[in-house]
Amino acid sequence: MIEGAKWRTWVYFRIPLFLFLLFLLFPFYWMVITSFRPDGELYRPWNAMNYNPFFTLKPTLDHIRYLFEETLFATWLWNTMIIAAASTAISLFCGVLAGYALSRLNFPFAGSLGTGIFITYLVPQTLLFIPLAEIIRNYKLGDTPWSLILTYPTFLIPFCTWLMMGYFKAVPKELEECARIDGASRWQAMLYIIIPVAIPGILSAGIFAFTLSWNEFIYALVFLSSPEQKTVPVGVTSELIRGDVFFWGPLMAGALLGSIPVALVYSFFVEHYVSGLTGSVKG
Amino acid sequence: MAQVVLKQINKFYDSVHAVKDVNLQIRDKEFVVFVGPSGCGKTTTLRMIAGLEAISSGDISIGGQVVNELAPMDRDIAMVFQNYALYPHMSVFDNMAFGLKMRKFDKSEIVTRVNHAADILGIQELLKRKPRQLSGGQRQRVALGRAIVRHPQVFLFDEPLSNLDAKLRVQMRVELKKLHQRLGTTAVYVTHDQVEAMTLGDRVVVMKDGWVQQVGEPLELYNQPANKFVAGFIGSPAMNFSTVTVTERDGGLTAVNGGMNIVVPPHLVDRLKPHANQQMTLGIRPEDLRVANGSDPAGLSFDSKVEVIEQLGSEILLDVRVGDGTMVASVEPTTRTKIQESLRLAMNPARLHFFDAKTEAAV
Repeated sequence: MIEGAKWRTWVYFRIPLFLFLLFLLFPFYWMVITSFRPDGELYRPWNAMNYNPFFTLKPTLDHIRYLFEETLFATWLWNTMIIAAASTAISLFCGVLAGYALSRLNFPFAGSLGTGIFITYLVPQTLLFIPLAEIIRNYKLGDTPWSLILTYPTFLIPFCTWLMMGYFKAVPKELEECARIDGASRWQAMLYIIIPVAIPGILSAGIFAFTLSWNEFIYALVFLSSPEQKTVPVGVTSELIRGDVFFWGPLMAGALLGSIPVALVYSFFVEHYVSGLTGSVKG
Repeated sequence: MAQVVLKQINKFYDSVHAVKDVNLQIRDKEFVVFVGPSGCGKTTTLRMIAGLEAISSGDISIGGQVVNELAPMDRDIAMVFQNYALYPHMSVFDNMAFGLKMRKFDKSEIVTRVNHAADILGIQELLKRKPRQLSGGQRQRVALGRAIVRHPQVFLFDEPLSNLDAKLRVQMRVELKKLHQRLGTTAVYVTHDQVEAMTLGDRVVVMKDGWVQQVGEPLELYNQPANKFVAGFIGSPAMNFSTVTVTERDGGLTAVNGGMNIVVPPHLVDRLKPHANQQMTLGIRPEDLRVANGSDPAGLSFDSKVEVIEQLGSEILLDVRVGDGTMVASVEPTTRTKIQESLRLAMNPARLHFFDAKTEAAV
């Protein structure tokens, strides 16, 4: 190492990184600590004796118990899981096929179709939910999981399509040509060669789609009304904020438990996911 | 029988005419090399034979059957790509077996064939590895293996050696040649490297701008180039060209430019007569130039000034100035000379080439 470089790595790398981590992880820490803090400490005024906002000596599982016993949190988790999985599956299926077609098949207007799909992705959900609500009402899908399973793909498919388009473009064309000379039809070449090679890309698209639908709020808020149909983000905020009363403990516990599955999915696929983002395909 | 016949082949990409009226009969068991600069249409021609590009007009037949409308898989060909195109998620064995699996061969037959091919190429111990665990040369062998297990009628090679380093390229070139001698399968090979073309090809097709310039055996191209392009493309270092005016003098012909007065040798006189008093291009290969001694006739030698000396060990390349042009001469390694020294060079009269200045065709 170069002489005098040690203090440089501290000043320019380690300390900034530490501050950045602190800044980034603090909300999570706050969420965790609030989930386990007894109500007595939570609602203590800031100038009270023994006021310790950053830790607790009397951790409790009361909030989590409340969440599962007094609310429908387990149902919301289940709903969210089903809806996220189904809409991700639909979007991946369509996105992979569309991405392949747009990047590999030379058909008229392929370019403008690709751009068109991208533009639909740019329409904000906060506008799109108004016409979608009309459609949901007409098909009598309101207050059913289908209202979300079928509407999430409106933003997930363009997203998956674009991600996959980029990924397929990075896969050498010769792989497919070679497969076709080797005796594979276009379908077989796609199925046996291109899709296996694109697995990292498909995984990243899937993780993103799953996270997006897991965290989605506005459609879920608008299209679902009965408590037993709700998803975690909507359920937690609508059932644990009553008027201007915030049930901070259960709210944070709900947020914590709600983010665990996403965190698991992330960490499980992170290896594939990173290589998917960097698009590395080597022969 | 696996003749490949190209009949009036054309390829248009929108407004670009990439391949122009290519006619070629590739005989059974022949190794034909397409060579030319980038964008000359050689790869496009190969891809049309493979069925990866549609043919704009003309017919391609393989083994007597017109294949214009056949999909690549039905043409009974195998192709080796420049980047090898190995399937990254499959082991070497699966890479080689893929074509056979697609064609629904028996498991035992697949194993036999893959092992046999691996034996030929010396990659037995690599069969379980993934392509990313292989070196460039090994990947190249796997790509070759994938082609030979299928026992196709024709091998197509698209610049298969250009991703290898120089030493490995020479080695693989020799192995390819051996492989072809052993298997005897008709092969079409595309390269931009004229050395590869000369060493591998039974016949070489030189292309430029979509046109076939000349088809012939390697030495035929070297000795009797059909035009200035072929003359300059084949051979290394490249042939020297200088613009001369052919004039009649003393009943013979003389080619004159600023620094030279070359008496046209008798065997060329008749052919050059019609071009008397016209500008022509004189071509002479570096290896047909040597340092003149006292006995060389004045009409076959000229004065030059040495500008650059390149010592190659087996020969010396001299970049010399002649009149207002430059030439390269390949001279004996024992030659002693210095930069800026003047040197008289003599040419081999039997190996002079003349080209029409306008059409560039050989005269």
